[in-house]
Amino acid sequence: MSDLTRLTAVDIAKRISDGDVSAEEVTRAHLDRIAAVDGKVHAFLHVDADGAIAAAQAVDARRARGDELGPLAGVPVAVKDVLTTKNVPTTAGSKILEGWRPPYDSTVVERLRDAGTVILGKTNMDEFAMGSSTEYSAYGPTNNPWDLGRIPGGSGGGSAAAIAAYEAPLAIGTDTGGSIRQPGAVTGTVGSKPTYGGTSRYGLIAFSSSLDTPGPCARTVLDAALLHEVMAGHDWRDSTSIPQPVPPVVEAAKRGMTGDLTGVKLGLVTEFGTGEGAEPGVLAAFNDALAALTKLGAEIVEVSAPHFQYALPAYYLIAPSECSSNLARFDGVRYGLRVGDDGNRSLEEVMSLTREAGFGPEVKRRIMLGTYALSSGYYDAYYGQAQKVRTLITQDFNQAFEQVDVLVSPTTPFVAFPFGSRTSDPYQMYLADLFTIPTNLYGGPGISVPCGLSDGLPVGFQIMAPTMADDRMYRVAAALESAVGTLTPPSLEG
Amino acid sequence: MTTTTLPDYDAAVAAFEPVIGLETHVELGTNTKMFCGCPTDFGGEPNTRVCPVCLGLPGALPVANKAAIEATIRIGLALNCSIATWCRFARKNYFYPDMPKNFQISQYDEPLCVDGYLDVEVDGRTVRIGIERVHLEEDTGKTLHVGGATGRIHGATESLVDYNRAGIPLVEIVTKPVPGAGALAPEIARAYVTELRDILRGLGVSDVRMEEGSLRCDVNTSLNRPGEEWGTRTETKNVNSLRSVERAVRSEIIRQAAVLESGGRIIQETRHFSEETGDTRPGRSKEEATDYRYFPEPDLVPLAPDPQWVEELRAALPEAPRVHRKRLQEAWGLSDLDMRSVVNAGAVELIEQTVAAGATAAAARKWWLGELARRANEDGIELSAVGATPAQVAELQTLVDGGKLNDKLARVVLEGVIAGEGSPTAVMEARGLAVVSDTGALTAAVDEAIAANPDVAAKVRDGKVAAAGALVGAVMKTTKGQADAKTVRELILERLGAN
Repeated sequence: MSDLTRLTAVDIAKRISDGDVSAEEVTRAHLDRIAAVDGKVHAFLHVDADGAIAAAQAVDARRARGDELGPLAGVPVAVKDVLTTKNVPTTAGSKILEGWRPPYDSTVVERLRDAGTVILGKTNMDEFAMGSSTEYSAYGPTNNPWDLGRIPGGSGGGSAAAIAAYEAPLAIGTDTGGSIRQPGAVTGTVGSKPTYGGTSRYGLIAFSSSLDTPGPCARTVLDAALLHEVMAGHDWRDSTSIPQPVPPVVEAAKRGMTGDLTGVKLGLVTEFGTGEGAEPGVLAAFNDALAALTKLGAEIVEVSAPHFQYALPAYYLIAPSECSSNLARFDGVRYGLRVGDDGNRSLEEVMSLTREAGFGPEVKRRIMLGTYALSSGYYDAYYGQAQKVRTLITQDFNQAFEQVDVLVSPTTPFVAFPFGSRTSDPYQMYLADLFTIPTNLYGGPGISVPCGLSDGLPVGFQIMAPTMADDRMYRVAAALESAVGTLTPPSLEG
Repeated sequence: MTTTTLPDYDAAVAAFEPVIGLETHVELGTNTKMFCGCPTDFGGEPNTRVCPVCLGLPGALPVANKAAIEATIRIGLALNCSIATWCRFARKNYFYPDMPKNFQISQYDEPLCVDGYLDVEVDGRTVRIGIERVHLEEDTGKTLHVGGATGRIHGATESLVDYNRAGIPLVEIVTKPVPGAGALAPEIARAYVTELRDILRGLGVSDVRMEEGSLRCDVNTSLNRPGEEWGTRTETKNVNSLRSVERAVRSEIIRQAAVLESGGRIIQETRHFSEETGDTRPGRSKEEATDYRYFPEPDLVPLAPDPQWVEELRAALPEAPRVHRKRLQEAWGLSDLDMRSVVNAGAVELIEQTVAAGATAAAARKWWLGELARRANEDGIELSAVGATPAQVAELQTLVDGGKLNDKLARVVLEGVIAGEGSPTAVMEARGLAVVSDTGALTAAVDEAIAANPDVAAKVRDGKVAAAGALVGAVMKTTKGQADAKTVRELILERLGAN
């Protein structure tokens, strides 16, 4: 195995910039790694080797000309298959988009290209980002590099596993209810969900428009911050994009790496400790991390967020409602799968057969939930009520942030679970996002950073910050990383 | 099938009171579409004016067009509406292949403009039409059903979709119900759409061409017996001209009266107006109302027009058509009655433009309300669609004034213009219709006429000047009407020494 795949993005960029190694060598090393281990991991749905090598060669040419290279030039990135890539297959993990090659790049991908990063390919995910295990991918699940019999989290399990398996140093995910952070937690990697509107959704195949947020995945906090800065910032093509400068996340990560958190107040949400809560091993690792942060000078303050208990039900009304509308366009008329068009069937029948064959069980479940919740006569009781809960949760966050700088919690209540153990009961699957969903409803940023192991499996520590104060969570995350270190999964060889 | 005998219109409105309501869709004339940068011009090869956004491709997002929002606010202001200080777009969800996303971005319970009115004049009285709302939405694509006999989806072998129109900004203007119209309901409906069209044209927000679909009108009609509650309404679509607005209301009143008189009940449904037959046919039934599952569009931020901006737009509104007409009436020196016939003929703007092109108001009015109105009426079309432009009419009048055409020849030339043969001058020359003013040629014709009618010539010589008419007629006959009658008469009197 090549050393190059073990490096951080920061180191790769420096070596390329210094001329120690070419971008093409770095890319080939990662393509080799993918060829060697992805049969076991199945992190990728599509590897764009030609495109990646061409992009790497372009960086090498620019360097040869003496052009100034950006901080991530030549660094390989894996992109979740929910973001459009021009002429490169984009499926959102669904059969209904099998073979579709978008005619345009998403804004995030465009910014990655502009920054000279090298896009290796598209990563596996739960269909249309609905799920917490990748078991709902139409193309088969991704296996967790820590234990190939366990889930890598979801929906962005492919991106997290690709990083954990050293197939890529960086990856892009999208987080609607925890789809970056929970996979980060269960694969021992860093996953960051920026402030909603801090990263552009243009070209992100929508699941829930008011919640979807693209963000970075990496093996270190600083790498995540660098990727965050490259991908974030106002985009006129997304009306919900915030017209403000990107918070100084790289600077904050570097500050956190010094290991000093003097005067920083961490809020513990009282209500997270009650009810279903986290499993003991997760709680133990979390408490050890809290102790470590206290040693760095942080102060722990207990705060109340009385409406967090309604976050999960509110989320499962809002997200399905929006998805029922967003996914209506997949009807076989214009692109993607078309079933039953034999000249004898009506348009309605072809649309219906296409959607029946093209969507998986979880997508259908959520479309039905959402269609019901938006129906005349039920709207006020369901969608309308959920929006009110959302407002109350936002108030809880605002009040908490008057007392503390950030809120902290375990990222997810349990470590990576075995395949098939939660698919029979949707509610058990939905619990994976118990601690991550409130942040999505509020619209603020959240990051998951590894904090230790439970029974040999990674545990994630979540830090939540006020909207457009993403830098705060990077500082705390980097400080925690400096205290507990990064995690290395068992070897996939042999 | 039972046939009901249709009562005549007078009987229908004697027995029932109609309540009407109008929903008008206006395609805005912005340069680009509502939520993307694609051009909006009419025509173009199918599916060439499209992009990921208006095709609704996965991942694409809408960005609201500020020019369209401005135009909508100006329409709202011109219709005396309140402008919302905060409102949202909403998604209207339903499956149809001409809708790229299978939902339409529209407005639901938070329209941009609410609660206005428009005063229209009908039969010398002013009727105030309440405006419920003015909102902004995106247009759909166009579906073409090929292979069937009807052009409808049933029986078609293929359905083709053109998305060039998808995403063009569309303003919907909805009136409040208009009760108490009585027998004048059809005329009020027409007067409203006419007035609205003139306002929209004055604002410069749309080319308001009903035949091209940039102004579309749905007419709601219900009947009730005096003193009873309002009846069930029908919605008539495919009303594509001002004339059709009037005809559609009239025919729907007659039809509903027949149903009610025979003890039947009106079904709430969409009906289609037929230009050919002048009546309405049932479309899809609305008995089971479609659930559009409206919810606020999460891809767009709320609209909060700055009140100061709204006031600036209000201050810059053009003169209202009513005020404008009053001014024209004075300038043209017309009585109220005369002005009303100009308005009813749809000739205000045509006359105005003809005058601007150099004709006198009297001459312009004579052509538009005379020969051209007769033609339009014969063909059953709008005056503006008659085939002659104001500039051509002005040119025609110049030829008359310059003595090149007499009145009779001018009518012939006008026919040529309407037939598309070119400008009046071109038609005159091509058809050789100019007045013969060469006195040499005329003198010969006059001498010939005198020689052929010695009795008449004698009478004229004796001082019976009136008898010269017969000689003039003879000359005109030999010159095939191309002589100037006045010149001919002078020549005859001169030759016969009767001057």
